[in-house]
Amino acid sequence: MAISILIPTALRQFTDDLSEVNVEAKTVREALDKLTETYVDLQKHLFTDMNALRSFVNIYVGEDDIRQKEGLATTLGDNDTIMLVPSIAGGTTAVVG
Amino acid sequence: MINIKKLHIDDIKRYAETEYPYECCGILLGKVETNKSKTVEQILPISNAQEDKHKHNRFLITPEEMMRAELLARKNKIDVLGFYHSHPEHLAVPSDYDLDHAWPMYSYIIVSVIRGTAENFTSWELQQDRLKFSSESIKEGD
Repeated sequence: MAISILIPTALRQFTDDLSEVNVEAKTVREALDKLTETYVDLQKHLFTDMNALRSFVNIYVGEDDIRQKEGLATTLGDNDTIMLVPSIAGGTTAVVG
Repeated sequence: MINIKKLHIDDIKRYAETEYPYECCGILLGKVETNKSKTVEQILPISNAQEDKHKHNRFLITPEEMMRAELLARKNKIDVLGFYHSHPEHLAVPSDYDLDHAWPMYSYIIVSVIRGTAENFTSWELQQDRLKFSSESIKEGD
């Protein structure tokens, strides 16, 4: 299956500034493995040492979060789009009042 | 450096005051220039997804909001440049919590809100070694 992987701004420094990478894959895991084989430095930003998806990285196929589907085993159709979406949070440590 | 219109700065400050004493948050969309400076073209106010009891000192943007912002940016041929949030009753400097949750490349705009009034407006970028933020200069345009 021809798959497009959309790369967020924060991770483009690891994909030669590409915002989109095309791979052939049947599952999300296979697509991300091919992505990180080509762009090795991405591996540690997406996966833990145990090769599990990092908790602050979210993966969408189309508009569906893979955690609500079959996770990394989610199957792909031809021309599907995978989007890497970083979790965003912050704040102070101060307490008002 | 980040280029941002006064109109957008005013909108961010107004939103920060409206949400006080809670933290506000939002997404910055625009272009990365060839010299790596950023130009904000659109701001997206986002509802702080933290639980109410934490909203006074924490913000959260849901993955779904981020996904939709990415799609909007691509549709308009621009990028997600970074984020803004407020620090109620606190300086406009990043906290350790901000550092723990930061990503490289993005701009992190912080506005301090003191007794309900937006005051300092700063921008920060995570250093490559992830050890701290660097101050990012702001160029205000019309």
